[in-house]
Amino acid sequence: MQKAIPLTGQHRADHLLIAEMVTSSSRVLDVGCGDGALLKLLAETKGVDGRGVELSREKVNLCVKSGLSVIQGDADSDLKDYPDRAFDFAILSLTIQATRDPKTVLENLLRIGKHAIVSFPNFGHWRIRAQLLLTGRMPMTPNLPEPWYSTADAHLCTIRDFADLVSLVDAEVEDAVAFNSQGKRLPIKHSIALQNLLGEKAVFKLKRRS
Amino acid sequence: MGTSTAVSGDQNQTSASAPHRSEALSPSSPCVVFPDDAPLRLESGQHLAPLSIAYETYGTLNAAKSNAILVCHALTGDQYAASNHPVTGKPGWWDALIGPGKPVDTDRFFIICPNILGGCMGSTGPVSLNPKTGKPYGLDFPVITIGDMVDAQVRLIDHLGIDQLFSVIGGSMGGMQVLEWAARQKKRVATAIPIATAPWHSAQNIAFHEVGRQAVMADPDWRGGNYHDAGIVPKNGLAVARMAAHITYLSEKALQGKFGRNLQDRAARSFSFDADFKIESYLRHQGSTFVDRFDANSYLYITRAMDYFDLETAHGGKLANAFVGTTTQFCVVSFTSDWLYPTRDSKAIVHALNAVAANVSFVEIESDKGHDAFLLDEPEFHATVRGFLGAAATKRGLA
Repeated sequence: MQKAIPLTGQHRADHLLIAEMVTSSSRVLDVGCGDGALLKLLAETKGVDGRGVELSREKVNLCVKSGLSVIQGDADSDLKDYPDRAFDFAILSLTIQATRDPKTVLENLLRIGKHAIVSFPNFGHWRIRAQLLLTGRMPMTPNLPEPWYSTADAHLCTIRDFADLVSLVDAEVEDAVAFNSQGKRLPIKHSIALQNLLGEKAVFKLKRRS
Repeated sequence: MGTSTAVSGDQNQTSASAPHRSEALSPSSPCVVFPDDAPLRLESGQHLAPLSIAYETYGTLNAAKSNAILVCHALTGDQYAASNHPVTGKPGWWDALIGPGKPVDTDRFFIICPNILGGCMGSTGPVSLNPKTGKPYGLDFPVITIGDMVDAQVRLIDHLGIDQLFSVIGGSMGGMQVLEWAARQKKRVATAIPIATAPWHSAQNIAFHEVGRQAVMADPDWRGGNYHDAGIVPKNGLAVARMAAHITYLSEKALQGKFGRNLQDRAARSFSFDADFKIESYLRHQGSTFVDRFDANSYLYITRAMDYFDLETAHGGKLANAFVGTTTQFCVVSFTSDWLYPTRDSKAIVHALNAVAANVSFVEIESDKGHDAFLLDEPEFHATVRGFLGAAATKRGLA
């Protein structure tokens, strides 16, 4: 039995938004699945057949111990093995900025999944813009807490940048949501400029132009 | 398929030239014999009959026969996975993993562990009597493959009336059997756990095996494989083979940590070729105890079967082809310090499974115990097996 999506609680805001975009009983690949929180949420609320890929050995072991189908691997080197359209949804939640080659990863997601869902921290948020402008240093925020020399986030982008990449890889945006630190959607769907200024994170649902 | 007969194994009609010899001909465990009219067709094209499969079981098969787990043993293993060995008296080789409340829970599952084809603990192998001569096969035994071992096990599972195995589990060569099961019997394998294994035998692994075989064959007591007639066994050759192989099961770090340069029962070097060092003494002990429980010809045949194993070449040069259409749920496990079957070999299996969009988990366990880690008390490994089997069983509605 599928439960209604819990709107509060310990679930990550982008996970709840992603769960709204995923259709019930679909096949899902979560790339960079961490401890499997999203896969569990999707299994409980949407009854999906979920798989995961995770870089951290400890997190993979946690997932497998709890009965999730997860492999140790990474988005950059392990996606090429998957066949075309093997999944209904290929998801990359708060991971694309940490990949070596985001463009190839996104192309692979769009190839493997009939839809791709990508969430990422928005480097165009006004607080980040202000920090860089006023301090002249790489911004550090609750979303991006690591200093530049130790962060894994090598490829940060803004919502506008990501939209450009989507066009570049010949994909179309099916849905795009910007949200703030409380996980609230911004009621400004029509204006990418405002989303890019006020959204702390964003979730895009994409598909390949056929 | 011919009618199979179960035989009890308490008659001992042979004079044993090694303690295991009587177990080979008349095992302590249950043993099923498939008669001459149902020969096993081998990959080499030869036929083998009669076929005996000796096996142990643990736990209880449920009414729906849906809780059976096949455990496949490694090169020098046997059916005594979780019960005392009849020759050595030692606990089962997977006693840490199999038992009531253990990761492979005998309160929940029915575990079947057969001695492999070519083995020397009751299943048909080179020690068995050749029906044409009434003497042990010796080198007249046909060369077998991992696939042949699996085909023989299929006979046993048929005999037990089990349509689908809930799981097939094995490490090292046992893992090769798991992969062959998954490739050959797709509908009959619900879940599979190939551990510390590879989809093909590497040049390095073939090389080590060849050293072992040459050691056996260089022993004058081997006598072209006909040593049983003379009532002797090539103890020295087989012991050397075991010593060399044993090094490959450990890690350099484990060897250094356990033995270092420590001397054995002496304060100073003896200036001789005695076992001065602890590691020498340890290896000699491993070699000498091994020959009491294992047949030299079996060692030749089983290492050969492993060398011939190459699931990729067998499937048109593309490993993924072996798993096309699979519905099996896989959990692939490797160990960080295993240099005999390194993680990259397990990853090759995972990549092939991903290529056919199979349901696969893959865990690399941090361990400094080398290849042998799969036999030892490794909590992370055991937790993985427990979690994977438990979740899969619940999903399938197993109590």
